[in-house]
Amino acid sequence: MTTGTYNTTLEARAAKPPRAFSDFAWTPENAAEAARIVALYPSGRAASAIMPLLWLAQGQMGAATGSAWLPVPVIEYVAAQIGMPYMRAYEVATFYTMYNLKPVGRYLVQVCGTTPCQLRGSDDVMKACKDFGLVKGGNTADGLFTLAEVECLGACANAPMVQINADNYEDLTYDSMTAVLAALANGETPTPGSQIGRQASCPEGGPTSLLETAGA
Amino acid sequence: MLDDKDRIFTNLYGFQPWTLEHARKRGDWDETATLMALGQDGIIDVIKASGLRGRGGAGFPTGMKWSFMPKTPNPARPSYLVINADESEPGSCKDREIIRHDPHKLLEGALIAGFAMRASAAYIYIRGEYVREAETLFAAVREAYAAGLIGKNACGSGYDFDIVVHRGAGAYICGEETAMLESLEGKKGQPRLKPPFPAGAGLYGNPTTVNNVESIAVAPTILRRGAPWFAAIGRPKNEGTKLFQISGHVNKPCVVEEAMSVPFRELIETHCGGIRGGWDNLLAVIPGGSSVPLVPADQIIDCPMDFDALKDLKSGLGTAAIIVMDKSTDIVRAIARLSYFYKHESCGQCTPCREGTGWMWRVMERLVEGKAEVHEIDLLLEVTTEIEGHTICALGDAAAWPIQGLIRHFRPELEARIAKRKGFVQVPAGVPEPMAIAAE
Repeated sequence: MTTGTYNTTLEARAAKPPRAFSDFAWTPENAAEAARIVALYPSGRAASAIMPLLWLAQGQMGAATGSAWLPVPVIEYVAAQIGMPYMRAYEVATFYTMYNLKPVGRYLVQVCGTTPCQLRGSDDVMKACKDFGLVKGGNTADGLFTLAEVECLGACANAPMVQINADNYEDLTYDSMTAVLAALANGETPTPGSQIGRQASCPEGGPTSLLETAGA
Repeated sequence: MLDDKDRIFTNLYGFQPWTLEHARKRGDWDETATLMALGQDGIIDVIKASGLRGRGGAGFPTGMKWSFMPKTPNPARPSYLVINADESEPGSCKDREIIRHDPHKLLEGALIAGFAMRASAAYIYIRGEYVREAETLFAAVREAYAAGLIGKNACGSGYDFDIVVHRGAGAYICGEETAMLESLEGKKGQPRLKPPFPAGAGLYGNPTTVNNVESIAVAPTILRRGAPWFAAIGRPKNEGTKLFQISGHVNKPCVVEEAMSVPFRELIETHCGGIRGGWDNLLAVIPGGSSVPLVPADQIIDCPMDFDALKDLKSGLGTAAIIVMDKSTDIVRAIARLSYFYKHESCGQCTPCREGTGWMWRVMERLVEGKAEVHEIDLLLEVTTEIEGHTICALGDAAAWPIQGLIRHFRPELEARIAKRKGFVQVPAGVPEPMAIAAE
């Protein structure tokens, strides 16, 4: 897979669709999962399954190639399964930001930059990523990291935060962000959640409510 | 301060496991069939009497909303409950805590609310970025099915009720109720014109009610403890407990359940360790998530945090997502970042919003550095009023209000930046010197 050059979305759309993944098919486990998902919705409403199925396909791409994205043939495959015109599926894939229409790195580093995180120092977090060699809107040459600034990820009481693939890293500083990236680059899995040892969104230093159930 | 015994979300921080076994120890799913024996209208009457207002931002009375659903559903057009867990409002992070630490409160509430509105199924639409939270919710639903709590003959009540968890994929607009229905139907999340309202023609064209996670999750506790208990907390018409989410420049940001109408100062002192740098260092507060106008320090400090008191300040409680800004804040940049958020999240359907959010953001970016003329502040204000109220959904309003709040309360700051940029040494009269310093 080529990850060296960075195409804007417009360029990617104008280019001939890459047919490299036209042999895409569900793994046996994902075929069963896809059937289970379609059955969740009322009969005749299989279109409702398009979002979970695209997500499933993107996950399978990630597992198979190290880059969780949706090439056109994969979208076509998913659309065909539920009898949806390709263009309807493509509309969905382009409307929602979590479907990657171009290859991403193994780790998709999404730095929240919206105001609550900005107030708590997301500029430092973004700087830590850039200083580590990540490029905003692009992939690193080794295919390991993609950096993106995203809109509010809903962890504002633990700002600033990033989401890397499925996990949140919260209460970050320049140094702890750098440490998380270094761990990932070394093939380790840093512990998700608060990087200053907070329990979820509990006030730092211990709860001010629910003292009995918290065991404090 | 709210007593621990009056708190509904007893596992808010996840000190205990979320699983069914532990949820039962916390009182969830306890004789749910007995609560359902109150009857559909009985449940709605209790919720109405409790004074519960929707926790998703608009504050519409929840019991009344449920009563709009058809009393005798047409089998060919089953009614649906859709639960809005697409928590994407900047500042909001409460539904996440409910879902990952107390999911069974939500599921039990879904059954009770769905039963009360005669729905055949609930769809929980959870935002796509809550990957781990969705995993917990999927597992909780599996547990509830396996234990016979939902599904056929739910809780032995004789009522059949299904719960489906549907994940979004990163679109703020899907938190708007009709956009959520479009998304659930497998389309782009673009809001629908109303009427028809969802209670008449919602998901798949069938009667549907959309409720916030918190509104649904508190329902079982209200039924168990009675409407008078809930209604005794908070001020009249603003009853109950509320999950407050405090972010920004406080010493200890957190999510906490407090009594509605708790004064701002008490909330911050009790749970957040005060304002960073002390109360004199407070500049302004966005009290209800990014969509509501900011309130300057002197007005907010002793304000009760509820729907009506904040409305009187020309702001709103919204989701009770309180974004605190101290005097080190570049207030113009903070609001400009929100303008960028709305530009990014506009679905593109209505021209005033699609074009206007981008236009407003570009002007805001110039105002951050003072690269503008003073009359452009008035032009910007006028454009916000041209967007507000002229779009299908409220995203246009939500994009306009933060800017209106900024101009209302910080116009001298905007003018000072323009003057400074132009090289005027003197700042306009009435601008306190510390603000000019903060601007750098």
